Amino acid sequence: MEENLTVDRTRVPLSKEDFVSDQMVKWCPGCGDHAILSSLANVFPKIGYRKENFCVVSGIGCSSRFPYYVNTYGFHGIHGRANAIATGVKISNPHLSVWVATGDGDSMAIGGNHFIHIIRRNVDLNIMLFNNQIYGLTKGQYSPTSPMGSVTKTSPQGTIEHPFNPGELVMGAQGTFFARGVDTNPKLMTEIMFEATKHDGTSVVEILQNCVIFNEGCHYEITSKEKRDDNQIVLKNGEPMIFGKNKDKGIILQKHGLEVVTIGENGITEQDLLVHDQYSQDPGIHLMLAKMAPPYFPIALGVIRSALFPTYDDLVEEQIKRSKANSTIKNVDDLLNSGDTWEIK
Amino acid sequence: MTQKKNKAVTKEDVVVKFVGDSGDGMQLIGNLFTDTAALEGNDLANFPDYPAEIRGPHNTIAGVSGFQVHIGKKVYSSGDLCDVIVAMNPASLKANLKWAKKGATIITDLDAFDQKAIEKSGYTSNPLEDNSLQGYNLIKAPLTTLTKDALKELNLDGKTAEKSRNMFALGMMYYLFNWKLDIAFDFFAKKFKKKPELITSNKLAMQAGYNYADTVEAISVTYLVPAATLDKGRYRNISGNVATAWGFLAASERSGRPLFLGSYPITPATEILMELAKHKSLGAKVFQAEDEIAGVCSAIGASFAGSLALTTTSGPGLSLKSEAIGLAVMTELPLVIVDVQRGGPSTGLPTKSEQSDLLQALYGRNGECPCIIVAAQSPSDCFMGAYEAAKLAMEHMTPTFLLTDGYIGQGSELFRIPKVADLPSIKPPVAEPNDPDYKPFKRDPKTLVRKWALPGTEGLRHRVGGLEKENISGNVSMNPENHQLMTELRYNKVMKVADTLPEQTVHGNKEGELLVVSWGGTYGAIHTAIEELLQEGKDIAHAHFRYIMPLPKNTEKLLGKYKKIIIPELNSGQFVKYLRMTFPQYRYHQYNKVQGLPFNVSELKDAFNKIIKEK
Repeated sequence: MEENLTVDRTRVPLSKEDFVSDQMVKWCPGCGDHAILSSLANVFPKIGYRKENFCVVSGIGCSSRFPYYVNTYGFHGIHGRANAIATGVKISNPHLSVWVATGDGDSMAIGGNHFIHIIRRNVDLNIMLFNNQIYGLTKGQYSPTSPMGSVTKTSPQGTIEHPFNPGELVMGAQGTFFARGVDTNPKLMTEIMFEATKHDGTSVVEILQNCVIFNEGCHYEITSKEKRDDNQIVLKNGEPMIFGKNKDKGIILQKHGLEVVTIGENGITEQDLLVHDQYSQDPGIHLMLAKMAPPYFPIALGVIRSALFPTYDDLVEEQIKRSKANSTIKNVDDLLNSGDTWEIK
Repeated sequence: MTQKKNKAVTKEDVVVKFVGDSGDGMQLIGNLFTDTAALEGNDLANFPDYPAEIRGPHNTIAGVSGFQVHIGKKVYSSGDLCDVIVAMNPASLKANLKWAKKGATIITDLDAFDQKAIEKSGYTSNPLEDNSLQGYNLIKAPLTTLTKDALKELNLDGKTAEKSRNMFALGMMYYLFNWKLDIAFDFFAKKFKKKPELITSNKLAMQAGYNYADTVEAISVTYLVPAATLDKGRYRNISGNVATAWGFLAASERSGRPLFLGSYPITPATEILMELAKHKSLGAKVFQAEDEIAGVCSAIGASFAGSLALTTTSGPGLSLKSEAIGLAVMTELPLVIVDVQRGGPSTGLPTKSEQSDLLQALYGRNGECPCIIVAAQSPSDCFMGAYEAAKLAMEHMTPTFLLTDGYIGQGSELFRIPKVADLPSIKPPVAEPNDPDYKPFKRDPKTLVRKWALPGTEGLRHRVGGLEKENISGNVSMNPENHQLMTELRYNKVMKVADTLPEQTVHGNKEGELLVVSWGGTYGAIHTAIEELLQEGKDIAHAHFRYIMPLPKNTEKLLGKYKKIIIPELNSGQFVKYLRMTFPQYRYHQYNKVQGLPFNVSELKDAFNKIIKEK
């Protein structure tokens, strides 16, 4: 019964080209998804698994066309259910490297329930959450991450609902890994995707992604050349939190929360700045970092949280192993004849 | 045991019902009574009849919980009318008196018939005193007082002592059936290992009940039920839901595909989930999902990864799973969906049985979306039902329904234990590594079945999904001709399953006046009715369908051999609709009941006789 658990995990040398599928990529020219695809194709050979041990699962939406464009095993599911399908894949064969491609509609709206529960269980797989704050495939309706007041085809007078911050949701669901990247910085994306795969547990990578057609410039505040240095901070484990065009701004922890300071003003030195600890078990500061946003704060990019907790799939295997060792029922014949039975002659 | 002074009579079969408040322990003594009958060698079937509330309002009709057992030489259902009713309070008596045979023995707790309880139950006067029960053998025993007396030396508080009155009543039943108390005592020793005080109190209460029955004049006749005439072999008592779980474990072992269940608790299907969760030693991976949709979707993921994938539910849950079942049809992956049907629509009657999900299983999805449908006919038959559903799903790479219902899922009966090696082989079409000819939707020309290529296998990387795929290559395709082709292929693949199915058999006359056509959990009552009518010399036959989609190949011919056809169903006529549509050349009569209750043999006989007489 265990034959499909004996997948060969030996590292093999592969290149990006090994993961390029023969399918025509049908995303719009200029779409942020192209950069994400390219980053993932860079990460897969670094992981070193055999090609057949990767499985990419998706739901519905532009992002969910992803599996067709990667030359691995792939499953293009139904709207919102990628995380549930991927859970079944991973539990069934825990030796696969399982990747979920999903969007802000797929995982924040229709599949919100599966999103929080996969995180709560800490199933060991990687979720790439493409966040363009809009429904692209259905041509421009607001999503659960669209900022309050967003004017879209279904909110001509502006949205009147509060958006989700995926990072907050991850922390609230007791997530063990959360990282954030932007489609304009492929190098960082590749780095955090690799960090995600190294993490045992559910890794959520939020990618702030531009929709050229329906939400052009939605992340402009963060990604534009003029603003990005002041509006983003790339967190690095063990390093003080410094940002800004002139590397003179920093984050400190005050009694009431985080605060942006200027190094050299009011006696602030680098020593006063908060040092990033992505491995901290306590999610308190991670939550504060995930919530930071302009105009008062820079947005936090990089790995925000990466805490070690047991994974669901390991615990499944452990229980099975223990039961097999301890139970007197070794096969179905044993089971059928267990308890009260009697012979009729 | 003391010498019995009462006369013992032999009875071929006896129907007993235990009824009381839902906290009175009726299910417990019902199960214990059943197990004892089984160990005494009787054939049996039982049916728990309990309210949707965990503890309904005390002493009201709404709170009545019941457990009916039919024991005898050969029984096919849990029986219609009762020979013995044990009623622990006025409400349970009022709710169940209609099920008592003329002259039935009714055992009641005299102490429970106080003014307040009588009024709460809706009686206007005390039925034990107003002569309304004159036609019955009424035994008014002060069960509460007697139980408390029996347990006096244990110094228990009043409430705890009172709780044992169900065991006192059960002790009386052991006397009535001439059974030894040892079987119950062994059970207490096992069940209450960690609570020795319960072993003592239950034993004392039961012994006291037994002795009381021996002393009291009211029990004038005791029963001797002859041992069953069963085929040789090893037997056990089994409920339909447990049999379903075990059938899947057997299919997993025999096919070599590891078992994965993705499920969400729902009455009356939850026992399958609970049972499989116990058997991790057999490698079963059981995932209690966050909702019904995650249950089926995780199963589909597991199926893609190579597991024997299952999801278990009841009507409302099936509605939620519909879209995902379509995904499994589209991706042509094996998946077994168990629907333990209950009364609907919506939340409906969660604890009552119905056959009203058949059309949903057949057609309740978007697009043209055929699935295989198998229906089990009795609690023990759920084992083979599950086994076959798993076999068909894997060998034909298509979602398969197993339809059972609350009545057979929660009811139990004797089960002849098979050997796993004797079960039919299961050969899933798993693709070989590096198969140069592998294409995701390349098919076996005879069966139209595609290969199952498991992630982790070298050289078979491919993608599946809910978008229409080009035949053979598996590339996404919106081509009009291809969609037509794929729609036909998916349908024909399911229809070709009929090539592997046995022909539909009939019980009774091979041709003639009346054919009774049925499916699913109504088998027991209908079979009993047919047997009785055949003995009365009626021109009648019975075809009970196990395979609903596709139908066995000889169905059309078979239906043509009888002048009249009647289809009794516990719905408003769903299988009959399907047959009318499939074979419109015949005229079909129907007999339907939608009360959340199983058929009675007598009502069926009346209905069949009426049709036979019709010109």
